[in-house]
Amino acid sequence: MSWYKIYALSLRHIYLIRGSFPRIIDLIYWPTIQIFLWGFISKFFTLNSTYYENTVGVILSAAILYDFLFRSSISYNMMFLEEIWSRNFTNLFIAPIKISEIIAALTFTAIFRTLIGLVPAALLAIPLFGVSIFKIGIPLIFLLVSLYIFGVTLGLLVTSGLIRFGPSFENIAWASLFFLAPLGCIYYPIEILPTWLQLVANFLPLVHLFEEMRSILIEDVVNYYAVLKACIISLIYFVVGIVIFFWSYNGAKERGTLINIGE
Amino acid sequence: MRIEIKNLTKKFKSITAVNDISFKIEKNNTLGLLGPNGCGKTTSIGMMLGLITPTNGEILIDGIKLNSKNRIKLLSLMNFASPYIELPKKLTVKQNLEVYARMYGVINKNERIKELIEDLNLGQFLDKKTGELSSGQKNRVSLAKSLINKPKLLFLDEPTASLDPDVGDFVRQYLEKYRKENDLTMLLASHNMKEVERLCDKIIMMKKGSIVDEGTCEELTKKHGRKNLEDAFLKIARSENELV
Repeated sequence: MSWYKIYALSLRHIYLIRGSFPRIIDLIYWPTIQIFLWGFISKFFTLNSTYYENTVGVILSAAILYDFLFRSSISYNMMFLEEIWSRNFTNLFIAPIKISEIIAALTFTAIFRTLIGLVPAALLAIPLFGVSIFKIGIPLIFLLVSLYIFGVTLGLLVTSGLIRFGPSFENIAWASLFFLAPLGCIYYPIEILPTWLQLVANFLPLVHLFEEMRSILIEDVVNYYAVLKACIISLIYFVVGIVIFFWSYNGAKERGTLINIGE
Repeated sequence: MRIEIKNLTKKFKSITAVNDISFKIEKNNTLGLLGPNGCGKTTSIGMMLGLITPTNGEILIDGIKLNSKNRIKLLSLMNFASPYIELPKKLTVKQNLEVYARMYGVINKNERIKELIEDLNLGQFLDKKTGELSSGQKNRVSLAKSLINKPKLLFLDEPTASLDPDVGDFVRQYLEKYRKENDLTMLLASHNMKEVERLCDKIIMMKKGSIVDEGTCEELTKKHGRKNLEDAFLKIARSENELV
């Protein structure tokens, strides 16, 4: 892989963000709104729920972590959609840049986009609601890495769909994460789900990640085995995502859609 | 760079978009690819760029068969311009050229960008967003991008479509000059017969995915008993279900 080319493609998206103030505001706006909404909900539950008693900010921390996953995935999708919307798709695929380099560039740039939105929101939660996700400590790094890998994986699956089915797949891009949210057990323990759904949910890294987050914040216990398990599940999905992306790309070459994909 | 197409075929399910075509473009020559809309020109170019997988046949570039293993290496020696694809609209002209210079691994990229800015008169709108340019300006920027890597093989799909005669003439003149001064082989798909007459050494006429005729401009005009290439084109395009 050529880091120079990966940087070139990343630069295209960095220029795009840097050159548009409304775009930066848009990146910050939604996570901030989420923090406000879940901040107040969190405050209400903290005062009125025995489960969350004395554990200020469990819900808000979950909301921040879920938003990190959401933003990672959406950032990845958005960068790919930008190429379609700007009709630059063909230029990109005739440049001497490998598919692995395109995936790498989008993966690295997605973190940049995600952090622009989330860091201010996470910092805002400290003075506003007295909640800091940084209290999770070292395990936070692993939780974020795992969430990020899974977010990018979802992005890869959606972009595979965009290549396979064209821009009409765009709506799925927005809906993909809402579909997984109920199964991810973000705000509630897995026991809430019916038994058969628990079996399905256990195959998602989200369940393990959010269970672990609650365990750290409520019981002050870190189970590195569970964190590692979540990271491994995320990595497996990531590899599957890459395989599906390559499969879609080769399919698009067969169908000839790479040359005329557009709005 | 020399390109040879051997028995190239592309089928999309039951539709044969390109049907067993074979031709060569010798080094530093320009080949005109003509034919009515939907005759398979863009699909053929797509296959030569490695964007479409052929159903049958092969593409040899300097004797090397284009495949997924050497595609990236060969792409660094090629480029493509078409009014139907665009550069990112929200990036400035300079940013777009810089991004593509990096993607093509251009050595001395600043020098190369400067050369193209001067040659194609891009100086006055260099810091403007590409989406804010007129079609003539966009076309010149697109051409600059297609020459950023000093390609040895250039594919042009209707490079002067929707341009006013002045800008169209500027582009044709520039391409003519550039090819003479550089080691460049070109394939030009166009509906502008004057452009083809001016730029191409040889012409291939396609219809319904097949090559129906080929030769120099003079040969085709004479063969079909017409005054110019446009009339010869019309005769071929309107002849029903027959290979000329």
